[in-house]
Amino acid sequence: MFVRIISAVVLCLVLGAPSAFADQRDEAREQVEFGIQVAQRGLWREAIYRWERATQLDPTYAAAYNNLAIAYEHEGQLDKARAAYEKAVSLDPNSEMIRQNFDLFKEINDRAKKDGL
Amino acid sequence: MTARKKTVFSGMSFDVHCGRSVGTTARPSMSGDVHSGLSLIRPLSIVVALVGALAACTNYYEIPIETPIQPKLDIAGFQRVLVAGFVAGGDDEVDANLETVRLLRSQLRQKGSLRVVEAEPLVLNEIAAQQNGGPAPPASPSDTASTQETGLPPIKEEKDLEPYERIFSKVDYWKKIGEEHQNPLIVTGSVLFRPHTTSGFVQREQEIYDQFGRRRVVPQRVYMERQGYILRPTFVFIDGKTGETLHSETFREEILYNQNTQTPALSSFFELMDRLLPTFLNAMSAQKIRGTRVLLK
Repeated sequence: MFVRIISAVVLCLVLGAPSAFADQRDEAREQVEFGIQVAQRGLWREAIYRWERATQLDPTYAAAYNNLAIAYEHEGQLDKARAAYEKAVSLDPNSEMIRQNFDLFKEINDRAKKDGL
Repeated sequence: MTARKKTVFSGMSFDVHCGRSVGTTARPSMSGDVHSGLSLIRPLSIVVALVGALAACTNYYEIPIETPIQPKLDIAGFQRVLVAGFVAGGDDEVDANLETVRLLRSQLRQKGSLRVVEAEPLVLNEIAAQQNGGPAPPASPSDTASTQETGLPPIKEEKDLEPYERIFSKVDYWKKIGEEHQNPLIVTGSVLFRPHTTSGFVQREQEIYDQFGRRRVVPQRVYMERQGYILRPTFVFIDGKTGETLHSETFREEILYNQNTQTPALSSFFELMDRLLPTFLNAMSAQKIRGTRVLLK
């Protein structure tokens, strides 16, 4: 009897885990999309909140890190922006768009550093 | 709620509206030839639908951003700024000291937050020479005596600036200047603006027409002698209360023209200075750098 219960619990966990993960991915995607909408209206702090939430829900979501990096850049939080870009590049090294964003960021950031900031 | 989505299709850029108002495709006017209008609408709507479908698949949005760059100096303790004067040389046609003082004061009046002190610009070439053991500076600051009379070599090249630039570390001198003007932030430095000639190969684009009259532009390497100017300013920011240097930065810009182009020296001076002004202003106030990034879904 005990073995049966354990087996049933394990089975539930095995079957339910992908669906829970899929739910989290969907929620992360929703957060990213909402973040894009508010960023387009200039509400960058709200966008940061949404994209941070998305990265918590799905820590492998490169686009969320990319967007977060852009938002940090816009807010002048350059160290955080660099870290987020690096994470985005490491998660999706083949994305030319992420790389291009990061290159543009580095151009500004390096100039600021060179100027003595 | 509508979101503006941008997609790139075969090198062309389309703006597509997505969201609840997807079906907002512009309808062509029905006035005129209705039949030809309808025959046009069908392929057009197919193209629009295709572009729409592509847009739906494309998960990126271009967005303009402004990156704030923090000022290099904390100017909270100052209410005034004195652009005192510059050690200057290199070209006889342009008084780099006076022109730099005028330009920076004007920029600071327009874009700075500090009150700009209006005072006669210091002729630092002579003051530096005097402090170096040369004869006393002239009574009037605008009286520009030749540097040869003052014991230091005339400034023609970068290496000539060195003995003059020692004046920036004379704390007592700058403290005294600060006291005379109610302890402002003092902006000084050196400006070398000199003619420059160079020769070598440059790449130019040349138009070529083939036997059918078709135009092509091809790059061509041409040997050319060019002339222009080099601007090498050093901006030094001094605390008028203590006479200590707070910050200093040196730039180097050059401009070259074809030898047959006649450009006045003063015009080149302002063109080169114009390139440096944002960075100069960024020393005292935050600047925003505009750019575009791509948000991803």
